[in-house]
Amino acid sequence: MFDVLVIGGGNAALCAALMAKEAGASVLLLESAPKEWRGGNSAHTRNIRSMHDAPEDVMSEAYPEEEYWQDVMKVTGGITDEKLARLTIRASSQCRDWMQKHGVRFQPPLSGTLNLSRTNAFFMGGGKALVNAYYRSAEKLGVKIRYDATVTSLDIQDGKFLAAYVGNERIEAKSCVLAAGGFESNREWLKEAWGINEFGEAPADNFLIRGTRYNKGVLLKQLIEMGADSVSDATQAHMVAVDARAPLYDGGICTRVDCVSFGIVVNKNAQRFSDEGEDFWPKRYAFWGRLVAHQPGQIGYSIIDSKVLGRFMPPVFPGDKADTLEGLADKLGLDKVALLKTVQEYNAACRVGTFDHTIMDDCHTEGLKLAKTHWALPIDTGPFYGYILRPGVTFTYLGLKTTDRAEVHFGGKPSNNLFVAGEMMAGNILGKGYAAGIGMAIGTAFGRIAGMQAAQAAQSVFGYQDIEHAAT
Amino acid sequence: MQQLKELIQEATVLVSGSPEAEAVRMLQICNACRYCEGFCAVFPAMTRRIDFNVADLNYLANLCHNCGACLHACQYAPPHEFGVNIPLVMAQVRKDTYMTYAWPKSFAALYKKNGLTTVLASSCSLIAFLLLTLWVNGNLLSGPINGNFYAIFSHNTLALMFGLVSAYALLALSLGIFSFWRQISVGDISGAAAAEATHDALTLKYLGGGHGDGCNNEDDSFSLWRKRFHHFTFYGFMFCFAATSVATLYHYLLDLHAPYALTSLPVLLGTVGGIGLLIGPAGLLYLNLRRNTEHGDKSQKPMDRAFIVLLFSIGASGLVLLAYRDTTYMAFLLAIHLGFVMAFFLTMPYGKFGHGFYRLAALLKNAVEKRQQNKALFGSE
Repeated sequence: MFDVLVIGGGNAALCAALMAKEAGASVLLLESAPKEWRGGNSAHTRNIRSMHDAPEDVMSEAYPEEEYWQDVMKVTGGITDEKLARLTIRASSQCRDWMQKHGVRFQPPLSGTLNLSRTNAFFMGGGKALVNAYYRSAEKLGVKIRYDATVTSLDIQDGKFLAAYVGNERIEAKSCVLAAGGFESNREWLKEAWGINEFGEAPADNFLIRGTRYNKGVLLKQLIEMGADSVSDATQAHMVAVDARAPLYDGGICTRVDCVSFGIVVNKNAQRFSDEGEDFWPKRYAFWGRLVAHQPGQIGYSIIDSKVLGRFMPPVFPGDKADTLEGLADKLGLDKVALLKTVQEYNAACRVGTFDHTIMDDCHTEGLKLAKTHWALPIDTGPFYGYILRPGVTFTYLGLKTTDRAEVHFGGKPSNNLFVAGEMMAGNILGKGYAAGIGMAIGTAFGRIAGMQAAQAAQSVFGYQDIEHAAT
Repeated sequence: MQQLKELIQEATVLVSGSPEAEAVRMLQICNACRYCEGFCAVFPAMTRRIDFNVADLNYLANLCHNCGACLHACQYAPPHEFGVNIPLVMAQVRKDTYMTYAWPKSFAALYKKNGLTTVLASSCSLIAFLLLTLWVNGNLLSGPINGNFYAIFSHNTLALMFGLVSAYALLALSLGIFSFWRQISVGDISGAAAAEATHDALTLKYLGGGHGDGCNNEDDSFSLWRKRFHHFTFYGFMFCFAATSVATLYHYLLDLHAPYALTSLPVLLGTVGGIGLLIGPAGLLYLNLRRNTEHGDKSQKPMDRAFIVLLFSIGASGLVLLAYRDTTYMAFLLAIHLGFVMAFFLTMPYGKFGHGFYRLAALLKNAVEKRQQNKALFGSE
């Protein structure tokens, strides 16, 4: 029997496995995916939001705890747990040496990410390189790893973990870390949560999943049904407006569409539905997924003209292109008259000052029911381009309630040997909203805590006392 | 005319399914992702562009050192439906570059079956030198003692043979590199840019992985051994080249004639170089045989391996010749060594040897253009 069973194969699971192994426990890690798809959503990440008080290797200036905390407050609108958030923030300032020890390498901020250079440490090669490094390190240290090992249920009695089932195979362990992600790839569950909208549609039918296809939330569901305490709710999800041609799963970062704030976005009736110039795009792009999800047909159309070409990150798929707006309406399948009317009204309302997409400039509209408050330039210079948008789910927030010791709780009572990390508990800190790199900060902090706790729990069964020293 | 030629090339190579079309498709995905920027020079160079013409592709392909890091780190690599494999597609485009710029044009086909080309060139020149030795020496074994190989082939005979062949090889290679240089339009080279490119080439900076841990071979782990073995090979070759150059100066300037003593400069340089050409190619071959099958273009393995084996053979035959130069085997060993060296010169413009020059040109362009203002700056995050 293994001391510690880790269920999951992404960043949090690997951090837990490595910590438990370093603490002297024998560790088995079960990854649901085959080897080539291992790592869950972590394989699509690119950085970790890291507190630092002075410039460090790849990080410029300072990003102190208080500012980080204020950012968490801002994005969550206060729906957070201050104690856990601050724990994550402090841990983010200390974990990078440990990450490097296990083979993770950092690189200077990527081009086009200037605003993140102070707050986020970028993984060289991105999240898949990080995942690869952790798997190599885990194998070297003797963590037993099994791929294609989907845990279908857990045997838990009175809050105590006894065993996990992979199909009919019963796998016992002294303690267990759950780090198996959210449930965003479980279409049935998404449909159940989102129900039927006012147009009689099931919106979740049109959601694309930006990450792994293996986050089915099987254990999350079982545990909640079993009476484990939960946080957030099933409709909460990080959603980005992505190119409608993105693959159903694993589209990752490159399917985002960066031109929204340079033009207008209309729904399938060719009507605008939100202020495209409200804030810088990176701050807004996580809102647009939800905005599009609430439109009829869960579809949006970002429309720009030739003036703004080359000012945004090159999209992965070429847009639809036409010399006239009528032509573009045809290509996009929009009503010509309605689109022309929307664009004409918008163009007439534009008050163009000095266009500058690097600041909140003074180009805005006047007199429209729905204003565009910045970067409002008339759409008048052909050829015109259109990008079709769909909601892309990054991850779900519904998770297991926990504390700074990462235990799973049943009726307010912590389990002695069942722990949780990563997306399965990120909702404790992120009630809503998101800031780049914070998921990896939570996963790393709680993965490490959970691994340590699990090792202690396993060893206390055998009466080991002095294991604190192994933590570092 | 040049422009027209490039337009025609553009139209013919960018047909769907060609390596160039695949490279464009993949680079568009990379340019929207950019996670690999820190590994090497290819991705920063990519971000300086929004679209990619054939000149860009040839430039980027030759800037790629086939280290493999971006493949293992890629969230869009197979089995992902995007099927991004930059090391593979860059290797394919590189081969097209070599073929496009081969001079004369009709010899470009030699790149297609390059393993065979090298083997045939080696066999023929070996046979030629053995026959030649038989003819001038009467037999293959009993040779003149005292290691005086000019007693078999006079200095002037050798100088003429190798002078002509290497002059031709250099001419053909230079013409190819020059056209490539023109196509990728390197621009004005500052001292700093030249120094950086030279440094990057001589240190094989981009086999370091950006983090200094090295490049990938069998799997996603990093190793510095490919870089080290390549250094053995390259510097081993350079030592041999230096040995020949010094010997030439001795001969013509100082009127000192071979055979030189074991402690003489030409022999010392040649010995060190020969040892480099044993260790380096042996290591590279070992790594090549164990290389992850997803890295690079399978069809080019014969070219890589033939070149590696040829270099090893030059080193080995040279050292054996040195060891037995005072025995009756000298004539035979000399013929073998000269055969391999001749094969090297014959295949120089039509094999793996050229990659270094194309790479150096690409590194120079990289050093030049990174100093220019980047026109493709997008709304930053």
